[in-house]
Amino acid sequence: MEKRLLPSQRLSIAAPVVSTLVALLISAIPIYGGGVNPLIGYAELLHGALGDKLALTETFVMFAPLLLCGLSVALAFTCKFWNIGAEGQLYCGALFASFFAVYATSVPSFIAIPVMLVVGFLGGAGWAIIPAILKVKLKVDDVVTTLLGNWVMTYAVAAILFGPWKDPVTGWPESPVISSTTKFPILIPGSRFHLGIVLALLVAVAFYVIIRKTKLGFELLGIGGSQTASYPAGINVSRDFIFAAFLSGGIAGLAGVGQLAGILFHMTTDISPGFGYTGVVIAMVGGLSPIGVVLASLLMAIVVQGTQAMHRATGVPWALAETIQGIILLCLLVGVFFTKYRLRRGA
Amino acid sequence: MTVRMATPLIYGTIGETFTERAGVLNLGIEGMMLMGASVGFLVGYQSGSLWLGMGAAVLTGVLLGLIMAFLTVSVGAQQHVAGLGLTIACSGLSFYIYRVWVSDVGGVAPHMRPFTTIPIPYLSQIPILGDVLFNQYALVYIGLILVPISAFILFRTRFGLSLRAVGENPDAAATAGINVFQTRYVCLVVAGVLSAVGGAWLSLAEAGMFLPGLTQGRGWVCIALVVFANWSPMKVLAGAVLFGGIDALQLSLQGVGWNIPYQLFLMLPYVLTILVLIAVSRRARAPAALLLSYKRED
Repeated sequence: MEKRLLPSQRLSIAAPVVSTLVALLISAIPIYGGGVNPLIGYAELLHGALGDKLALTETFVMFAPLLLCGLSVALAFTCKFWNIGAEGQLYCGALFASFFAVYATSVPSFIAIPVMLVVGFLGGAGWAIIPAILKVKLKVDDVVTTLLGNWVMTYAVAAILFGPWKDPVTGWPESPVISSTTKFPILIPGSRFHLGIVLALLVAVAFYVIIRKTKLGFELLGIGGSQTASYPAGINVSRDFIFAAFLSGGIAGLAGVGQLAGILFHMTTDISPGFGYTGVVIAMVGGLSPIGVVLASLLMAIVVQGTQAMHRATGVPWALAETIQGIILLCLLVGVFFTKYRLRRGA
Repeated sequence: MTVRMATPLIYGTIGETFTERAGVLNLGIEGMMLMGASVGFLVGYQSGSLWLGMGAAVLTGVLLGLIMAFLTVSVGAQQHVAGLGLTIACSGLSFYIYRVWVSDVGGVAPHMRPFTTIPIPYLSQIPILGDVLFNQYALVYIGLILVPISAFILFRTRFGLSLRAVGENPDAAATAGINVFQTRYVCLVVAGVLSAVGGAWLSLAEAGMFLPGLTQGRGWVCIALVVFANWSPMKVLAGAVLFGGIDALQLSLQGVGWNIPYQLFLMLPYVLTILVLIAVSRRARAPAALLLSYKRED
């Protein structure tokens, strides 16, 4: 075992691909254990995610929140803000957006949708800067606070939906339906391919510009590299760190807005099945780079959407999607190791 | 009630204290607890023996501890990410195993008679205190005994000294002839076993059944408790009892039937954990080498 002088460029690209394949190979064991031929299972997965127009548009429906959560986490991790709280920030963003969207009945769409996006962004951002400020001012561990924040926020949302917002007729824990002027337009007729998917891609472009073309992005990379070296270099570490948290949480909040205004149309307690956690997997598999995150989100969307199809076709439990995601991440960590080291023959 | 609710926290937090003292943050703890609960209950139910189930949970913990150690120690992966990955995979897998199995046994959530309490003769007769401390489950006794034993190992034995050295300054420890890799492996396997047993306690003693997400984020609370306890086993006991108490309080408040959404009570332990972390942030001093991977050749 010997350290490479520089991480191998070729292997850096190969690592996520090979890791994913190995992870799918390992995941064949539980699929087989569930009484399904893994080959048939994976065929159903691919067919269900990419097989026809409906499957494809549904994969993109899944892609939007995953991409936003992946970008949110990637931005945070770039400056070593260990934000595991995208899930809670997503909920907070959706909650804030729904406060506005439910009551915005008389506001025309071209005003209502931008305002809703801003409100949702601020909701997620507000929830994210609390742990960032605690980290900067009091050195409170950000991993723990962002994680616990997810629980606090999901229970807060549940308390509102089971309490003041409980549907008076059905008793379901869901908010009233949002104003039709705040619903995202459908871009491909006969599907659920909504405006939010395009917006998510625009955020990815904005992420690229921020990280690669602006002073802030340069400084964030610096902070991620070495905080101690960033101070004498004249970087205001605290300010940049909190601003990155603001953006990171805001992007996660937008993921919540997209689910609210593009898919569900009312606030529910299960607006996200764990997109925020998958965001961590995506950010790592994508190597924190904009293009990498887009590709990793597409991969995860295929896995999640395809596993649903596999579940419907073969009865394999739906929890398989989460299992595969976790295994992909673990395999990737081993894969990354081989981009930094090589086996020395005959040593 | 309080002591019972504190038990999984004691197991998990003691395990986490060991790994963090040796310089490894184990975010896989939530996943380890879930897998322990799931596999422990499955084996316990199928074999009809609760202790066999517990044994299976121990083995699961060993395996998961080894995986975590391989990733963070041998491969040198980022500790947060490795732990989180392990938790995601385990939380999915524990649910998956359960679903496959439930559909096999007819679709009804299986339930088995859980562990019962073992009153200690004479001592359990003491009013109030006797029932709280000496009429408990075997695993509660073991957990309570574990606390001073862990403190002793950590602060009074040669292994404990090596372990703390590894967590503070692995290079110096290695120079002094301590095997850094091996020490961290041992700690992670111990933590894996303790977390899995803590999880299995929930399914085999507390609930008598397994439910997806049975741990309700207790693993994360353990990670916060380690900071609360300032990386010291004896203080872990105080922290775990305090949080077990809040959990018990939260349950009984739910029963009172106030016109307040009960989710606010469920939120309580997490809000309090954050507040406590803020309160102790001034005096908290983590092991110096926490989160740093150690490489032999550098």
